[in-house]
Amino acid sequence: MSFLNFLISGISLGSIYAIIALGYTMVYGIAKMLNFAHGDVIMVGAYMCFFACTKFDLPPVVGVILAMIVCTVLGMTIEKLAYKPLRAATSLAVLITAIGVSYFLQNAALLLWGSSPVVFPNFFKSVSGETGFALFGGELRVSYVALVTIVVCVIIMAALSIFIGKTKMGKAMRACSEDKDAARLMGINVDATISMTFAIGSGLAAVAGVLLCSAYPTLVPTTGSMPGIKAFTAAVFGGIGSIPGALLGGLLLGVIEIMAKAYISTQMSDAAVFAVLIIVLLVKPSGLLGKQVREKV
Amino acid sequence: MLLEVRDIQVYYGAIHAIKGVSFEVNEGEIVTLIGANGAGKTTTLDTIAGLLRSRGGDIVFHGESIAHKAPHLIVKDGLALVPEGRRVFTQMTVEENLEMGAFTRANATVEPGLEKVYELFPRLKERRRQVAGTLSGGEQQMLAMGRALMSAPKLMMLDEPSMGLAPILVEQVFEIIQSLHKAGTTILLVEQNAQMALSIADRAYVLENGKVSLSGTGRELAQSEQVQKAYLGG
Repeated sequence: MSFLNFLISGISLGSIYAIIALGYTMVYGIAKMLNFAHGDVIMVGAYMCFFACTKFDLPPVVGVILAMIVCTVLGMTIEKLAYKPLRAATSLAVLITAIGVSYFLQNAALLLWGSSPVVFPNFFKSVSGETGFALFGGELRVSYVALVTIVVCVIIMAALSIFIGKTKMGKAMRACSEDKDAARLMGINVDATISMTFAIGSGLAAVAGVLLCSAYPTLVPTTGSMPGIKAFTAAVFGGIGSIPGALLGGLLLGVIEIMAKAYISTQMSDAAVFAVLIIVLLVKPSGLLGKQVREKV
Repeated sequence: MLLEVRDIQVYYGAIHAIKGVSFEVNEGEIVTLIGANGAGKTTTLDTIAGLLRSRGGDIVFHGESIAHKAPHLIVKDGLALVPEGRRVFTQMTVEENLEMGAFTRANATVEPGLEKVYELFPRLKERRRQVAGTLSGGEQQMLAMGRALMSAPKLMMLDEPSMGLAPILVEQVFEIIQSLHKAGTTILLVEQNAQMALSIADRAYVLENGKVSLSGTGRELAQSEQVQKAYLGG
């Protein structure tokens, strides 16, 4: 039964990676850039929710919504101030800027909220204070956080698939991701579409931040950085630019990480994760579900 | 006058690609720009559509300057460009491509617009659920034209619609251009196939090294010795 326990924690952690990876993959798909500040937006979201719920005693739902609003605005602001002026610049300049924004956010958080960790409250408790439930006579323990995380991930994926596949704005995003000038000729406002992509990705990052800190409750200004890198890895793993790829990559990464922790060693778990990534990329450089991009002349 | 291009100057970095081109298109006309490779035909159209910027002069559409307008707003004004190389969204279906063409218009216009395009291009109707990347070159050209039509343009600019097509398809494309024109769309056509272009054009301009070197009616230019020598293989 312990295997099942590990599997559930792996899927739950993977769901968080998948939600974060969505932000990377959507922004990459449309703006063709790697937004390395994405992980730190998660941290900002977690702090927002933390303050709303502990300092101002707001209900958790309000805290999450507040965090989403703040992160959405933050994401759009970052795009407008830092990335938009570099639309015509080399990708290296944009990459360095993104790393700069990442450090800026971490240090701003350090300045505002200090370096000592805060303990994130667990919102997912039953009335009697239980944090989970047991099955099979106590052999299988499922925490509410894990359950909620998986359900939220499924809902986000379904909603996003419908949005991208069926709505006018979603189709416009796909058009922009394929050919920006052709999209402009259709009357699509490409700048607004890019801005909206950042908004969606950052709003989801806030959700991921709350879920992450509910499962791993130590919150510091660098909290977002490692999950950010892992989620980026997940996005590449699944095929960057692909939304189903972000889901698959995230889930696999989460499960591999937990399994490696359980059966190999805690210290080696990250090494195992990246070893798998390297092997996958050697065999399939575009990632598991990535499309081989053919340049058409 | 529907479109007036006045002394535009376009640069690619340090290269002065368009050196003061001026011309006009009246409502209901078919006007063509002909010229050799690199003469500046595509650059001129891209500048009118707002994808490139002129450093001088002006572009007036329907009495309003559009020289500094964003491309997505120019489309809304009723000026559509079918770009060189078709540029269809290869990973989207035929119908989704057409829907994107109607992006600036009210949702209620999409269905009637689709019906009109499918009537003009029955082939697209057969393939409406197919991903555009799987279409043949001719079909992609039809799709690019149909997509531009979805915005209900007053003026449709076509950049090398015959490029890379078999002769029979070229004929078909030109027939369609003429039928669009009959239905009330003004046409600005850029072509390397000067003979075909001049045969359907009311007026024509010859571009050479970023400047207009000759202009006149389609018939006049088709008979001009200079044009025959340079572009018609005469």
